Amino acid sequence: MSTVTHTSGQKRPDVAPPGRPTGRRAEAAGNGIGGRIFNGFSHLFLAVWAIMVIYPLLWVVMSALKTDSEVIREPLSLIPESLQWDNFARAWTAGIDSFFLNTLLVLVFSVTLTMLLGSMAAYALARYEFPGNRLIYWMFLSGLTLPVYLAAVPLFKGVYNMNVVFPLLGPNKHLTLILVYVAWSLSFTVFFMHSFFRTLPNSIAEAAMVDGASHTRTFFSVMLPMAKPGLISIGIFNVLGQWNQWYLPTLLMQSVAGEPKHQVIAQGLIELSVNQGYKSDWSGLFAGVTMAMLPVLIVYVVFQRQVQSGLTAGVGK
Amino acid sequence: MRHGVARFVTGFLALPVALYLFYVVWPFAQAAGYSLTDWGGYSDSQNFVGLDNYVRLLSDELIRKAFWHNVFFLVTVPLFTIALALFLAFLLNVGGREDRAGIRGVFGSALYKVIFFFPQVLSLVVIAVMWQQIYRTDQQGLINGLLIKIGLVDADNPIAFTADPEPFLGIPAVLWWLLLIAVWSGAGFYMVLFSAAMQSIPKDIYEAAILDGAGRFHTFFRVTLPLLRDTISVAWVYLGFIALDMYALVFVMTPSQGGPNHASEIFASVIQFNAFQKGQFGYACAIAVALAIFTILLAAVQLRITRRERIEF
Repeated sequence: MSTVTHTSGQKRPDVAPPGRPTGRRAEAAGNGIGGRIFNGFSHLFLAVWAIMVIYPLLWVVMSALKTDSEVIREPLSLIPESLQWDNFARAWTAGIDSFFLNTLLVLVFSVTLTMLLGSMAAYALARYEFPGNRLIYWMFLSGLTLPVYLAAVPLFKGVYNMNVVFPLLGPNKHLTLILVYVAWSLSFTVFFMHSFFRTLPNSIAEAAMVDGASHTRTFFSVMLPMAKPGLISIGIFNVLGQWNQWYLPTLLMQSVAGEPKHQVIAQGLIELSVNQGYKSDWSGLFAGVTMAMLPVLIVYVVFQRQVQSGLTAGVGK
Repeated sequence: MRHGVARFVTGFLALPVALYLFYVVWPFAQAAGYSLTDWGGYSDSQNFVGLDNYVRLLSDELIRKAFWHNVFFLVTVPLFTIALALFLAFLLNVGGREDRAGIRGVFGSALYKVIFFFPQVLSLVVIAVMWQQIYRTDQQGLINGLLIKIGLVDADNPIAFTADPEPFLGIPAVLWWLLLIAVWSGAGFYMVLFSAAMQSIPKDIYEAAILDGAGRFHTFFRVTLPLLRDTISVAWVYLGFIALDMYALVFVMTPSQGGPNHASEIFASVIQFNAFQKGQFGYACAIAVALAIFTILLAAVQLRITRRERIEF
């Protein structure tokens, strides 16, 4: 196919020197038959992939609105015979309500703290020279390559031992999960904000200092507002990352002395999928999955530009 | 003034460093220590056994399996995801009509981008639970149901998906089915990434190429792709990390979390199996240290290979 534009260029060598088509010629070449076929092919393939992405999602949402017998009888249909909204009510009271509450409770504090502590550490490391600076920076960075599974066993043990000394930081406590999330998110947050603070001009910080602002005040009222684009990117990254976290909660939010587990959404969903299998409450499971994915999808569609650039900026750095 | 700086730096670093030391560094250090003992995890008795655990893991059949499965994902996940993402980005950005302003993206490319990105915002667990239903081995499953309906699959002998240990091209089928999910969920994100990189290439480079008579294919392969090299290599490194971390899929989707018959074991599942099922914490830590060394070596190699002079524009 790559020869199409070439041949059309060579057909009329008398009009203009070959290899230097005018604007009009380029236009003609692109909208030729080859161009049109390619355009059609592009649309076809893109549409097929779009359907492959959307269809499973839609299927889950629609199955959540069917009765159990319909899920078994007509598993493929996308249009439920009648809308069973009570599937959602059932799944909600079967545990999703507390999953949501726990997740929100943890995330409100963990994301705020991650952002605050992460940018403070990154700022101090990026803009002040002191002995040990490099060491601390590399210590944070090394966390990016080490697998969480390596720390799993001692972390589990450490948190359980904490139960005796200071129960608030023991297993199955929100505060534990908040601090663990913050600690594990620091690596990337520090790494990202460090490179961001490096790009900010020195002169403004110096001007603020000359005007009598303290280091702390310069950070909070001058530098942090200037780092807003970076903060938004890393904030989105952390919200999604911590919302989707399943391994750490599965490890740490386990039942102690018979009290119910404070499960977060991803962790709860795994258990729901296992249990629902025994109860064969398929529509309830679909409703649970729908409730777990719709909020993120809606937030994403509303803020798609920020989310896309936020997440891809994380890779680009 | 100097005194003020010291106090400020200490104040800003104390809390984050303390948290990080306690919840990240200390467990890592302990793991390295435990890996030299025969600690079972539930008792207080632990004896120093030197490098015995490491010697043992070299001849562990399960670890050898897990290692090759990890290598399989390490090669295939980046390869297929990047190929598909590049292809989609190519269609999206070059598939449109051509006019005076050059070659345009296809109509509706913004909408496609929004849709393709969907799986990226979903949790791996949501994706796993969803695909568990898609991969069901009876008519209730999306794929089996569809194929049985159009007669391509016998209802008595449906596709077993993640319960299928039979090798396909020498690799257990279950791994291929997991790979499909990984590619499905990753392609959109990398397509958006590549698309953004393509659009940041200055227009005049394209204009020059078009002036020289290059069509859209030549322009793509001779101009765009070489300029994307940096982005592609970064994507490769990231996908490498994702490939090492397929545990969520294995955990939710495979029988006995690494099954059937250990056909989908990866490092993470072997660690979990040894630590919590067999109660051999010391040995599990040794495996984890081995994995960490493997990861760091891999990251170093990748950084070395992909380092290359940048083209500034």
